[in-house]
Amino acid sequence: MLKLPLIEAMKIGFIGGGRLAFALANGFISAGLAKPDEITASCHPSDVASAKAFQGLGATALFENISVVERSEVVIVSVKPDVVVPALKEIKNLPSAKNKLFISVAMGITIATVESNLPSEARVIRVMPNTPALVKEGAAAFSRGTKATAEDAQLTSQLFKAVGTCDEVPEYQMDAITALSGSGPAYVYMLIESLADGGVRCGLPRDLALRLAAQTTLGSAAMVKTGDHPAMLKDNVTSPAGSTAEGTYHLEKNGFRSAIIGAVSAAVDRCKIVKKQLND
Amino acid sequence: MSNNFKIGFVGGGNMSTAIVQGILKNDAYPASNIWVSGPHLENLQKWSLLNTNVSIKNSDVFNNCEIIFLGIKPNKLETAVQQCLNGIESLSKKKSILFVSMLAGRKINDLQEVLSVLSPYADIRIIRIMPNTPMAVGAGICLYTPDNNVSQDQCKFLEDLLSSTALCERVEEPTMDTLGVLTACGPAFIYIVIEALADGAVKQGVPRAMALRHAAQVVVGSGQMVLQTGKHPGLLKDEVCSPAGSTICGVTELENGRLRSTFINAIEAATNRTKDLGKR
Repeated sequence: MLKLPLIEAMKIGFIGGGRLAFALANGFISAGLAKPDEITASCHPSDVASAKAFQGLGATALFENISVVERSEVVIVSVKPDVVVPALKEIKNLPSAKNKLFISVAMGITIATVESNLPSEARVIRVMPNTPALVKEGAAAFSRGTKATAEDAQLTSQLFKAVGTCDEVPEYQMDAITALSGSGPAYVYMLIESLADGGVRCGLPRDLALRLAAQTTLGSAAMVKTGDHPAMLKDNVTSPAGSTAEGTYHLEKNGFRSAIIGAVSAAVDRCKIVKKQLND
Repeated sequence: MSNNFKIGFVGGGNMSTAIVQGILKNDAYPASNIWVSGPHLENLQKWSLLNTNVSIKNSDVFNNCEIIFLGIKPNKLETAVQQCLNGIESLSKKKSILFVSMLAGRKINDLQEVLSVLSPYADIRIIRIMPNTPMAVGAGICLYTPDNNVSQDQCKFLEDLLSSTALCERVEEPTMDTLGVLTACGPAFIYIVIEALADGAVKQGVPRAMALRHAAQVVVGSGQMVLQTGKHPGLLKDEVCSPAGSTICGVTELENGRLRSTFINAIEAATNRTKDLGKR
């Protein structure tokens, strides 16, 4: 078993060098967790742009997966969920895959599926990241596979903390996490756009409205992260008979809270259906 | 001021009854020192049972008492004062009377004007109160605003008189029409909550009496949690809602039913009505 000291740069490979893989690679390099020339990514033969992007980092871009595994200590599986199984088929019987850590970031693909498509000695960790990893504000959650060690877990945590937050969770929570932090950015983009629309409706220029909407969202999230309860923070902004009270009332009247709760529930329901399709 | 003062109630309806029941509960005052007047003796039976002095003449209260609670309907003040005048006993020396008005929506300026017809007979001071019916069981709220002539001692007297019935708090007059709506009307809203919670339990098979008793205790307990722990209700809610548990499912239903905005609407409707009633 490979024991990796945490601050030593590692050879990291990406099966599926798309936008998320690029964001992760970028983050790992910035955090000193990987050297550019020790990063390898495989891209679809037609995806020249992605290959160029990785090369721009100083990494190696290839068009086949076996070399990615052979050149790396940690392999990140970042192809689209429906391509995971075909992509792993090439590696299932690869001897050099046995002693490596495979980190799957594919949405909806269970640990069992990944493990059954790799050598039995391979160690697997499943991660649900989210798109703001691209700006180092990701929210990732991971679950250990049957053979993953404490060091593997620590390493995974270290890697994903390079691009945001990272929590270890039991696998059964992954559907809810997918619906919350995976899909969540979409809900928040809708909020931001709507705040901006509201601003424009009331006379603000679009670019200012959008910038303010985004920064307000960012700032509010930062306030919650200080540990104060959001309900209390809301109270602190809501002066008696003031404009905020009118605004929040309008949201309550229109079922804002229930819409958001429902959105997460609806996304989980769909996640379960998609998961069934992907893993059977 | 002492227990020798005679306390009178012009108008012996639900609110006056609740107050006198609270006062008499802990033997804070002898019933023989308490007077009540109202047009229909049959409606004042509770007062007779309490061994207070009961009359159909408002002037009896005026002549006998130094502290007079005004408990008639807000639009009946002028008539009630006229009736006082009709039976008034002229005294060699003007007595001092502290009027304690619970007339919703009628401001101190207004009360001063109407009560000024009595000023040849008494030195009049006014404290306006916003009580609530749970004063009957010693768990009420009594907001009060004194006029400019009321002394600190008189305020203290009122607080002491009512201390076993209510949380007494001095406020600025405008607060009567806002906070006062919450405290005075609130019990009715909560009775609906209690009844509906019990309905819910009955629907699930719990016997009615048991459901009702426990629904009430849930409300008492929850109120105490907020008051005693000082925690934000949002946080207290979180502490009951385990992941994917029963409570959060119930909470989701409440949000779907827009409970929050409905309560906000209730307070607004009641406040608007208070303002209307206060207009002559």
